[in-house]
Amino acid sequence: MLTAKHNLVAVEKCPTGIRGLDEITNGGLPKDRPTLVCGGAGSGKTLFAMEFLMHGAIKYGEPGVFMTFEETPQDLAKNFYSLGFDLPEMMSRGLIETDHVSITRGEIEETGEYDLEGLFIRLSAAIDAIGAKRVVLDTIEALFSELPNATILRAELRRLFLWLKGRGVTAIVTGESGDKTLTRYGLEEYVADCVILLDFRIVGQIATRRMRIVKYRGSAHGTDEYPFLIDEAGISVLPITSLGLDYPVSKERVSTGVARLDAMLGGKGFFRGSTILLSGTAGTGKTSLSATFADAACRRGERCLYFAFEESPRQIIRNMESIGLDLEQWVKKGLLKFHSARPTLYGLEMHLVTFHKVIEAFTPQVFIVDPISNLIDAGTAPEVKSVLTRLIDYLKMKKISTFLTDLTHFGNSPERTREEISSLIDTWLLLRDIELKGERNRGLYILKSRGMDHSNQIQEFLITNRGLDLVDIYTGSGEALTGSARAAQEAQEKALEMERRHEVDRIRRDQERKRNVLEAKIAALRAEFDAESEELDFLGKEEKKRQKIVAEEQSKMKTLRKGKQSANREKAPKGKVNGKKKGA
Amino acid sequence: MKSESVEETWNLRLYVAGQTPKSITAFANLKKICEEHLAGKYRIEVVDLLKNPQLAKGDQIIAIPTLVRKLPEPLKKIIGDLANTERVLVGLDIRPVSR
Repeated sequence: MLTAKHNLVAVEKCPTGIRGLDEITNGGLPKDRPTLVCGGAGSGKTLFAMEFLMHGAIKYGEPGVFMTFEETPQDLAKNFYSLGFDLPEMMSRGLIETDHVSITRGEIEETGEYDLEGLFIRLSAAIDAIGAKRVVLDTIEALFSELPNATILRAELRRLFLWLKGRGVTAIVTGESGDKTLTRYGLEEYVADCVILLDFRIVGQIATRRMRIVKYRGSAHGTDEYPFLIDEAGISVLPITSLGLDYPVSKERVSTGVARLDAMLGGKGFFRGSTILLSGTAGTGKTSLSATFADAACRRGERCLYFAFEESPRQIIRNMESIGLDLEQWVKKGLLKFHSARPTLYGLEMHLVTFHKVIEAFTPQVFIVDPISNLIDAGTAPEVKSVLTRLIDYLKMKKISTFLTDLTHFGNSPERTREEISSLIDTWLLLRDIELKGERNRGLYILKSRGMDHSNQIQEFLITNRGLDLVDIYTGSGEALTGSARAAQEAQEKALEMERRHEVDRIRRDQERKRNVLEAKIAALRAEFDAESEELDFLGKEEKKRQKIVAEEQSKMKTLRKGKQSANREKAPKGKVNGKKKGA
Repeated sequence: MKSESVEETWNLRLYVAGQTPKSITAFANLKKICEEHLAGKYRIEVVDLLKNPQLAKGDQIIAIPTLVRKLPEPLKKIIGDLANTERVLVGLDIRPVSR
């Protein structure tokens, strides 16, 4: 019921266009009302106000008035230019109107009653000139140091803010932070709708900008301190709150670039959009594996963003050539982007903002941080957890596969290194040294991998000039061997194997010879047999011939004996008898 | 010295915003002071910002009423209804006429 009531009186919002701010305020500043933006010197108040006006004019079609009490119009134009906005050009197009209010204490004498109607008239004229919807007063407090009568000033400021509401403009009033109050002159008393505090603090020699919404009448808003970043593109605010756990998940697998490692991960590699942590001591090949993963992603035509905190991009490219990876081609094709920075360059939160910004701009499918440990060491454990939770939630939301490397220290068990982040990790690979028989070799195993069948074996991790490979560690005679010990053991086994194979070969050859002899014998016998059969056949034919001749001789003799007449009658049965005899 | 100042013309401009009581009081007070101290050598120009709002920017007017001494130079400004004659004289840098 309460929420229903809130919805009824929901405050209309005016988008600022400042990245991140509109999210934490659920849409922007209260429309048609003044907002107080306060902060110390150099906290970014003026920039905040400028961005509000410029985005209003360009993105939302709301012209704006910038009334400055401190900077000259020339300085103002320069400041705008540094953000990439051409103030004179915008003014000539009627999008922005500026007014520089300058009063010098020395030249003003005060006698009797007065009001600030002049200021109202100037503001009103500027608003009317371009039909402004947004107004910035930067920094109206300057009046307090220039006009001695604070009583009149306070009354007039109260009137001014009411008047602004009446004019239907969304206003930003900036104010300098006081010692114990939000602003030195208590402006927060008058601007009651929305107060935003900008903070610039240095912790451990690292400067961090933070923003807090002190109050926002009639609207829900984030109450945390939000880190923000000021760079050439203006202000970026990072919502500190986690996005929650309702991100989409993918069943798609992506290859690690090492076939044997894919095999260890259920044969298919990582899940797309999952978070992979690679822990290992110095020199165990973390960067090589990261680069291989990057290379595999680029081969698939995906975009890969590589944050390097220890090496320069050129150095990584050069070093990876030695293991047969040509990363340069992907950089040239625009698929691989390196981003190098020293971890100590700025605070943890700032790095997070930078991650967000670069990810937004590059829209990668694969995101690599090498190594994340330096960042972790930059903050306290809860801070690290908070930052990484947000980063990982964000990456999961975007379905970006994340590959983090973590440098663990000698002496510590690698498993206990990052208890603060282990719960955030989907797949945790460990690279470790295996010291044996006077040499050090690399072993890789999977500590955990959520949602997939994975190998429990420690594999020997080889870095060759043709890339990375994994080989089974020798576990033959009750001990695990790696490196040359493994190679020696394997060679010995190979020799034995060879010997066995030779013996078998010898027996096989023997057998073969025997068979050849046997076959030759069979052939000889067959030939003999064939010859005999031929002989027999020949003899048969000769016999037939002979019999024929004998028969002919006999019939001749008969003819000679009995006369010619009976010869024809007797001839046929005689032939028949001969044929039958032959067949039998 | 006295003869020098006699030849100077005092060019004064009073900024008001409509016929408000304060403006009327200020004008009356100014008139009185000028008659008393600058008789014959002053000129008062009244600018109503409601009619000419763009003029407020030029002389950097924020308070109403504001009296601006355009001449003699340097520029001087007095804000308020000019009720305190002493302060107006100091503000305008007018030496009190010796009695």
